[in-house]
Amino acid sequence: MLEIKNLTKEYKNVTAVDYLDLTIKDGEFFGLLGPNGAGKTTTVRMISTITPKTSGEIVIDGESIDRNLTAIKAKIGVVPQQNNLENETSAWENLEVHGILYGINKEKRRKKIEELFEFTGLTDRKDDLVKTYSGGMKRKLMIARALLHEPEILLLDEPTVGLDASARRKMWDLLKRLKSNGLTVLLTTHYIEEAEVLCDRVGLINKGQLLKLDTPWNLIEEVGKVTVEYFKDGETQEEFFRSREEANVYAGELEGDVRIRPSNLEDVFLKFTNRRVEEA
Amino acid sequence: MNGLYGILWQEFIVFKRKFWATTIGFLVSPILYLVAFGWGLGSGMEIDGVSYMAYIIPGIIAMNTMMTSFNNTANSINISRIFYKTFEYYVISPINMTIYALGKIIAGAFYGIYSGILITVIVSIFTSDLVITPYFIFIALLNCFVFSALGFLIGLLINSHADMSKFMSFVITPMSFLCGTFFPIDKMPEILRWFIYLLPLTHTNIALRTTGETAGNMMLHAAVLMLYLIVIFIVSIRLCKKVE
Repeated sequence: MLEIKNLTKEYKNVTAVDYLDLTIKDGEFFGLLGPNGAGKTTTVRMISTITPKTSGEIVIDGESIDRNLTAIKAKIGVVPQQNNLENETSAWENLEVHGILYGINKEKRRKKIEELFEFTGLTDRKDDLVKTYSGGMKRKLMIARALLHEPEILLLDEPTVGLDASARRKMWDLLKRLKSNGLTVLLTTHYIEEAEVLCDRVGLINKGQLLKLDTPWNLIEEVGKVTVEYFKDGETQEEFFRSREEANVYAGELEGDVRIRPSNLEDVFLKFTNRRVEEA
Repeated sequence: MNGLYGILWQEFIVFKRKFWATTIGFLVSPILYLVAFGWGLGSGMEIDGVSYMAYIIPGIIAMNTMMTSFNNTANSINISRIFYKTFEYYVISPINMTIYALGKIIAGAFYGIYSGILITVIVSIFTSDLVITPYFIFIALLNCFVFSALGFLIGLLINSHADMSKFMSFVITPMSFLCGTFFPIDKMPEILRWFIYLLPLTHTNIALRTTGETAGNMMLHAAVLMLYLIVIFIVSIRLCKKVE
């Protein structure tokens, strides 16, 4: 279990994370959803101890986490947004070094590395230098590396950013397999669809504060599960309804280009922040 | 100890993979210095009663091991912080930052030691001017560690590639020319001489040419280098524990 208590990060002029309180349960796939600059990455970086926190506490299984408390750090696996693999060595060597650093004995390490190459579909390329890998392959290798020491919780910071559509789908499949294995995951994303597809619960975050926290479906229900979208006064407008019937009645009175569709997390975000995620 | 082994193994496989490029790269500048200053400028010249070639060889070893150790560690840390982000990877890992610093400094010093060995081999082919004693080896090793540690500290402190070359121009390059590499420091004006005497490379240069030194002075040079190493290492670790 990961508990985040009153977590705050202040820079000179901005508060990137503002008294964030959050608990991620064991076996949960939790999504932190928000626009760029909302404080998602800063939160993940504070949990990974890369960024020192201004105040607050991060607790894993009852133990506080800090850069200089080394033992506890083996309980987390981190996949940062930016590639931090050793490019001049092979994929296998990257995992081997990781296994050594995390103190996994040779026999177990070698076996687990083979399993993870299998799991991520990189077995054929395991002896190639990382610098010859595509963006998607590097991301998969980082996931394999983060899983090697069997962490209690996996932090995934924007795992599909910069990947093309096909690589993104493959990444989702991989993440779904992790989910079915029962791993606890904290994922950050600004792709609404990603949170909807993968997450058990979603925290909407904006300007360092948690706006809403619930299952994706409950959030959609709260807003209204049917959306009527229409174009008026030069802008696309949305209205939300509890049922298709109500939506039909409303849409019937409108003129011009009208569309009735199921609501999604983007609508939820829009409603609670009064802006589209991409606009941030 | 897992941490130290892991870091060194990682460094070793990179070294192995780039063995020939590294080896050839390390040979270029010492050979140029030997040719230009030793045979070219210095032929027929004597300093302190020895041929200029015999005088300059220990200087070139001191200067080159300094440059190589410093550059390797400083660039490795700087690039890993700013560009490759692998520094973050070690921060996330359960490795104590003291072990990380130690691993990186040892790896950088190894490059310096390797370049020192290469120069020694090259020089020994052409002349018998170089006399290697245990004290010589000890000082040369210490020199590699001092400048590798300095490289580690500077790599942590400096946040851009441009500032890194400024540090080279204002600190490392002047040291290589002023600290007795090419001529004895007693040829310098007195005020400057005292300042130069405080710099670590000066002590390496004097110590590697042990002719006429008392045992007390020999101890002093080793002690100065040791002091530099310990202070730089402690400051580096403190910084390492909080740097972002």
